[in-house]
Amino acid sequence: MADKTTTTATTWEDLVAAALLGTGRRTPPVPPRPGQDGAAALLDAAAVETVRRRAGLLPAVVRHRPPVVPTDQRPPLPPAARSRLAMLLADRAGPAGGSRRGTAPDLTELLPQWLAAANQHGYRAPAALLPALLDAARGRTDLRAEALTLAGPRALWLARLNPQWKFALRSGLAVDWTPAPALPTGPGYDEAAERTWQEGLFAERVALLTALRRRDPDAARALLATTWSTERAEDRLMFVDALREGLSARDEPFLEQALADRSRNVRATSAELLSGLPGSALAARMARRARSCLALDFHEPRIVVEAPHECDSAMQRDGIVAKPPSGRGERSWWLGQLVEAAPLAQWSERFGSRSAAEIVALPVADGWRPDLHAAWCRAAVRQRNAEWSRALLGPPASPPAAEEASWQDPAKLLSALPPGERAAWVAAFISVHGLSEAFRLLGVCAVPWSEPLGRAVVDALDIARDAGSYPWSFSGVMGLAERCLDPEQADRLEVLTAQPDEPENGSPGAAGYWSEAFQRLVGTLRLRATMRRELTPTPRQRP
Amino acid sequence: MVGRSFVDMNPQGEFRTAEQVLALAPDAPSRKAGSKLATPGPWSDTGDGEGAVWGLCAGSGSTPYRTVVDLSGASGPAFNCSCPSRKFPCKHALGLLLLRASDEAAVRAGGEPPEWARSWLSGRRLRAERAAKAEPGAATAEGEAEAEAAGAAGAEAGRAAARRRADQRARRMADGARELEHRLADLLRAGLASADRGGYGQWEETAARMVDAQAPGLAARVRELAAVPASGDGWPSRMLAECALLHTLAQGFLHLDGLPEPLAATVRSRVGLTTDTAELLATGEPVRDDWLILAQRDADDGRLTTRRVWLHGRNTGRMALLLSYGAAGRAPELSLPVGLSLDADLVYYPAARPLRAALATRHAPPRAAAGPPPGTDVATALARYGDALRDDPWLDAWPVVLDDVIPAPDAELGWQLADARTESALPVDPRCADRTGLWQLAAVSGGEPVTVFGDCGHAGFTPLTTWAPEAVPL
Repeated sequence: MADKTTTTATTWEDLVAAALLGTGRRTPPVPPRPGQDGAAALLDAAAVETVRRRAGLLPAVVRHRPPVVPTDQRPPLPPAARSRLAMLLADRAGPAGGSRRGTAPDLTELLPQWLAAANQHGYRAPAALLPALLDAARGRTDLRAEALTLAGPRALWLARLNPQWKFALRSGLAVDWTPAPALPTGPGYDEAAERTWQEGLFAERVALLTALRRRDPDAARALLATTWSTERAEDRLMFVDALREGLSARDEPFLEQALADRSRNVRATSAELLSGLPGSALAARMARRARSCLALDFHEPRIVVEAPHECDSAMQRDGIVAKPPSGRGERSWWLGQLVEAAPLAQWSERFGSRSAAEIVALPVADGWRPDLHAAWCRAAVRQRNAEWSRALLGPPASPPAAEEASWQDPAKLLSALPPGERAAWVAAFISVHGLSEAFRLLGVCAVPWSEPLGRAVVDALDIARDAGSYPWSFSGVMGLAERCLDPEQADRLEVLTAQPDEPENGSPGAAGYWSEAFQRLVGTLRLRATMRRELTPTPRQRP
Repeated sequence: MVGRSFVDMNPQGEFRTAEQVLALAPDAPSRKAGSKLATPGPWSDTGDGEGAVWGLCAGSGSTPYRTVVDLSGASGPAFNCSCPSRKFPCKHALGLLLLRASDEAAVRAGGEPPEWARSWLSGRRLRAERAAKAEPGAATAEGEAEAEAAGAAGAEAGRAAARRRADQRARRMADGARELEHRLADLLRAGLASADRGGYGQWEETAARMVDAQAPGLAARVRELAAVPASGDGWPSRMLAECALLHTLAQGFLHLDGLPEPLAATVRSRVGLTTDTAELLATGEPVRDDWLILAQRDADDGRLTTRRVWLHGRNTGRMALLLSYGAAGRAPELSLPVGLSLDADLVYYPAARPLRAALATRHAPPRAAAGPPPGTDVATALARYGDALRDDPWLDAWPVVLDDVIPAPDAELGWQLADARTESALPVDPRCADRTGLWQLAAVSGGEPVTVFGDCGHAGFTPLTTWAPEAVPL
């Protein structure tokens, strides 16, 4: 704000100078009234001048105006959902007081699924809550994608103004929200996307490529090809990795070319991607190599293994790493990589039209079984092959053998199964083995849990309670159950919240804690049902 | 208000939204704790009827807590809970109201309070009714308790003693003002440069002397002086301005008899002589209007929470400021939901430029309001402040509604509110720079013009509320 020009002879600056120096040292520029000393006269004059200056304040000149945010066409949240979001964000500072969780739901843990549900409805976040939402996403990377989707273009506009929210500009969404002309086929594409690709920072370019790949995989690959030969090695690695999403046979020529790349890591990643395409030439080459290593012994049905004797340059070009990690034999190391990269479909023909389950059941000669099965597991996960995953998992009731536990990763294998089957397998596993090994398996099951899976978890918790242990031994599973059980189950679980008599040999006080834990479970489920209801569009709102 | 039918209560009325309920919370931990209890899980036997809400909340003990909220009172909600918490309202009361606000099915409406709730409710309402009969008008007011205490039949002897005490206090305060004048004159004689060397200690001592002299208004201003030498470039200018205004205030108090009454009232209140609210309500002239609740803000100095509520009268066009205090850990009793409108009588405290007011009678619960009041541009806002200074030279700021301004963030040179139509801008008070509210304002604007309510003064503009289009407290 600017002062009006001073008209009195004595300026404010004169008064300040006099005050700094002191009236004892120099006579002030204002004459005192009779009987008044110089200090009081100076104060009087300063008071008049202060009020005059304040009363005469004029507006400042506009330095700059921020750009106008692009419009967001998505509908606003229903009022109740809006209040809910405000509450969930208010709670994010962390649980109140102590480590005991009490009976109240943990709101922080519900934020991710609330955001996902809101995005499924296609809402936009209320502008006034964006700062809190961005702060939340800044502290928790697991929230970022959903939070930024809900926040939309306005959040990116804010992020450009506030360095604390820079992270938002690095996400792939930054490009998704650029206005429609940035579509690769549109006329504005060359200007917006092309300029970012040619001149942008590395993070912006990765973001652009990822977003474009999501929308138009071929265009993304084509864009990458235009500058491929001039990119630095570590950048090439990130870019080629961006092709993982939306991978198809049309990517094969590009990837096949990348197998000749100067960088070993780029070669390895390209080979890995190609081996995920069962129809690719690389897959065929791997199939041929792997087939020559495994054979069926017809005298006594078993698999005979002849591991490769060398790792030639052609194999290395296809991504086989020649040097094993210390402590591993070369030949088993090579075998593992070949089998992992070879299409699983060929083995049925190789082993006398046997099914995956029958092949897995075959004995393996000379102690090669762990190596071979581990490679098959990796292949099943990489190729997302349900039949082989099922076969390698085996029936849920069978105890995981100690020898096999080291290589078998049931959670990963499960993720290749259809959701229903996955839930059924985990449910059966829990009914037999209890909850102690179940945490990671539950993590790969679709939310909300299917009815049989939910029942298995609750039954197991009930059994654990009757056994007299403390609930915090199961706090991981309990937390998952709060977030993943179907909210419709709340009524059925109500009976568990009653405080039963202490079991005879139970831990002291455990029954009370269990009742508390189940109260929290039921409370959280009810809250989730309410949250879901709040997000349902009201008839008055346009979808 | 007595005998008002509870069935008529507006369903859009008080404490139907989470924001309204959360505004009742005494502090942030209470808000959080209350939010956690806003689920049906721990609750049983809940109900909503006859102007009250009740429920049993399972805690860690074997007996659930009994929580009742009486919403029928004219002076705001009342709470009762069997929990041992000293917070007020406790988290159970907050949780219960939040639950009711978020999930209508969870708290059954239209029921009858159970016996344990009814006994407290009827006792409380009987007392309120009796008080209303005994002193119509005053009983519903903010200063209910004070009025009761003042209304004691102490009679003449008491009044004489009160006068004696008042005279004694006036003498002490005048001594204090004179001492302050000496202190300021010494400072000016030695030069402000010495204030830099004197440090905090000197001012703290002078402030303590002002407290002893029962002049808390002077003490507070003196304490602020202590921070000026450390406030960066241009501090001598600010120091001189504040010393000069303090000097004028002390002089004004020492020559009260020579001042016109409204200005004398302003000086008295600025020095720290409070006006008795009960007396004000009994004798002052009420102003009835539809008061739009513009903003509510709490300041906490560790011992006391001061809540400011800004109102704007739709018909009179006047601004009003309500103050309410709460001891540490307790929310100030008065809570008004921002964005709603309240049909009520206010009585302004006497002043040359009246702003502070006391809430007298509420004629209806707060209800939905149309939107922000008509605003002004940047130049007019500053002119308003300048105009107010003519009556009260000690004013730091004056509340205004700004129309069509674009918040322009600038970490280096400070934020501005840029006029959408001209090249004029108002700087944002640098003291708000760290507040999330500013970013909320930017987010709501998105580079486009918004309406902002706030305090406009010599240090810049302090945004308090914007509209998007519903009111957003900043």
